[in-house]
Amino acid sequence: MITIQGKSFIQGSANGIALATSEPLSFWGGYDWKTGEIIDRRHPLSGMIAKDKILVIPFTRGSSTTTAVLLEAIRAKTAPKAIITTSTDFFFALASVVADELYKMPIPLIAVNKNEFEKIKTDDEVEIDEKGMITVTLKT
Amino acid sequence: MTLSLTTKDQAMLQGDFGPATQMAMKILVRMAEVSGATELLDIVGAHIDSTVYIGDAGLEFAEKLASLGAKVSVPTTLNVSGLDEHHWQEWAVTNEWAKQAHRQMIAYQSMGTIPTWTCAPYQTEYKPKFGDQIAWGESNAIAFANSVIGARTERYPDLFDICCAITARAPAIGLHLTHNRAGKILLRLKNIPLALQESDEFYPVLGHLMGKISLDKIPVIQGLEYIPNEDQLKALAAAGASSGSVAMFHIIGVTPEAGTFESAFQNNQPQEIIEVTMDVLRESRKELTHQTSEVSLDLVVLGSPHFSLAEFKQLAPLVKGKRKHENVKFLVTSSRAMTQLAKQAGFSDDLQNFGAQLTVDTCILTSPMLPKEIKYLMTNSAKFAYYSPGLLGKQITFGSLKDCVESAVAGKVIRDESLWK
Repeated sequence: MITIQGKSFIQGSANGIALATSEPLSFWGGYDWKTGEIIDRRHPLSGMIAKDKILVIPFTRGSSTTTAVLLEAIRAKTAPKAIITTSTDFFFALASVVADELYKMPIPLIAVNKNEFEKIKTDDEVEIDEKGMITVTLKT
Repeated sequence: MTLSLTTKDQAMLQGDFGPATQMAMKILVRMAEVSGATELLDIVGAHIDSTVYIGDAGLEFAEKLASLGAKVSVPTTLNVSGLDEHHWQEWAVTNEWAKQAHRQMIAYQSMGTIPTWTCAPYQTEYKPKFGDQIAWGESNAIAFANSVIGARTERYPDLFDICCAITARAPAIGLHLTHNRAGKILLRLKNIPLALQESDEFYPVLGHLMGKISLDKIPVIQGLEYIPNEDQLKALAAAGASSGSVAMFHIIGVTPEAGTFESAFQNNQPQEIIEVTMDVLRESRKELTHQTSEVSLDLVVLGSPHFSLAEFKQLAPLVKGKRKHENVKFLVTSSRAMTQLAKQAGFSDDLQNFGAQLTVDTCILTSPMLPKEIKYLMTNSAKFAYYSPGLLGKQITFGSLKDCVESAVAGKVIRDESLWK
């Protein structure tokens, strides 16, 4: 078990199974908000379901529609439970802020430094608290 | 450092300017805090990407602002919507989608915006000037405005652009500030034949590579021996903003903040130097094709970003006197304004005789217009090439404009490889 102190840029607590990648992703053309599947066929997580997972992804790339797609996913309850990034991600943050404004349903977003980021692997159990403390129980 | 607000900012936040402005300011302030801004700055224009219809949440956001009486405070252009307002019935768009997407169009149009309905707002009369502080959504437009025009916008997402337009304010962060506009990565062209540099096919391929290499760092291209035209720069920007997060790039001797190597890097050294060889470019070109069958073709699609008058002018003689194959559709996506200009200039007759169709206000990526039986696409756009497999589940081949026309005539994919040897 490891603990990582992250920086909560949208505060909240969550726990779940990690889905991790070092490749950035555009949610537009990359995330099917109706199912929560990663659909960018050039992305290593293509075909995986991120719904209710703790998504561990460095940052968003590409389209400025990423925010709108994440907002739809939050409303449709197909979003990740929380997202861990390598720095404050404006696109994710806005989706969470607007989800709070419209539906009182923000999702926690938390940034950790790159070395710590790489320690979290797919299928690890992750717990995030309000203060940005991340507890990772390794799969094996 | 905390965010300091002016008296007027605070008044907006307290609701003195009405509930819509209050909602917009509330979101703006929270995001300014998230991004570590210490103040907001005035903007002189906005471009709204939130018009793209995705689903109920985006529509509820738009209609909530509209119902609260939202009005923009600066000249504001609108990006593509989810619907060609007047021709959607010619395609596979469902009534349900059309109804919802149209509601979203009406909501944004009600806010005092300019209904340009285009992803190439920099090719309209509302394009910004060098040094203008603006708040733009739409990744290709952001990259073009910063890099080619020298206007200043951060890479703003949907839903935020409209908050800036309503309040005429934006967080003083990122590319609004001079020191964040310096180049970081040097892409040095090495032994690239001039004939290839001059061709339209070069720019999407270089842009795709640029996006993949630089991700969110500002790339600087060195060694171009030719001054690209506006549409070539548009293709470069769109490609880099699709495969990466390129919100700004420099080309030494071409773009306005890169007169010299020193000005492009603001007197710093590049963090990384990458040589762009023919091998690397050939690989990048290959990646833009995502197709298992080598020749199958159902649809040729052009116009991401939206086709310009100059592009119509280029296309017209290529299709003149020819007819596309009966099994292949040929689609050009553009804006209402550009298609009208093309018509007045006499280009549409050649296109019509060829069997081409035109779609305005939207494109194949933002409107579910393509029927299931269309499986194999071909395009000269890196953005269409990048997004079609994931968004549409379609296979796609990348080629030059001429390749696209010849393939449409032959009814199968044909590509001229001579520039890539």
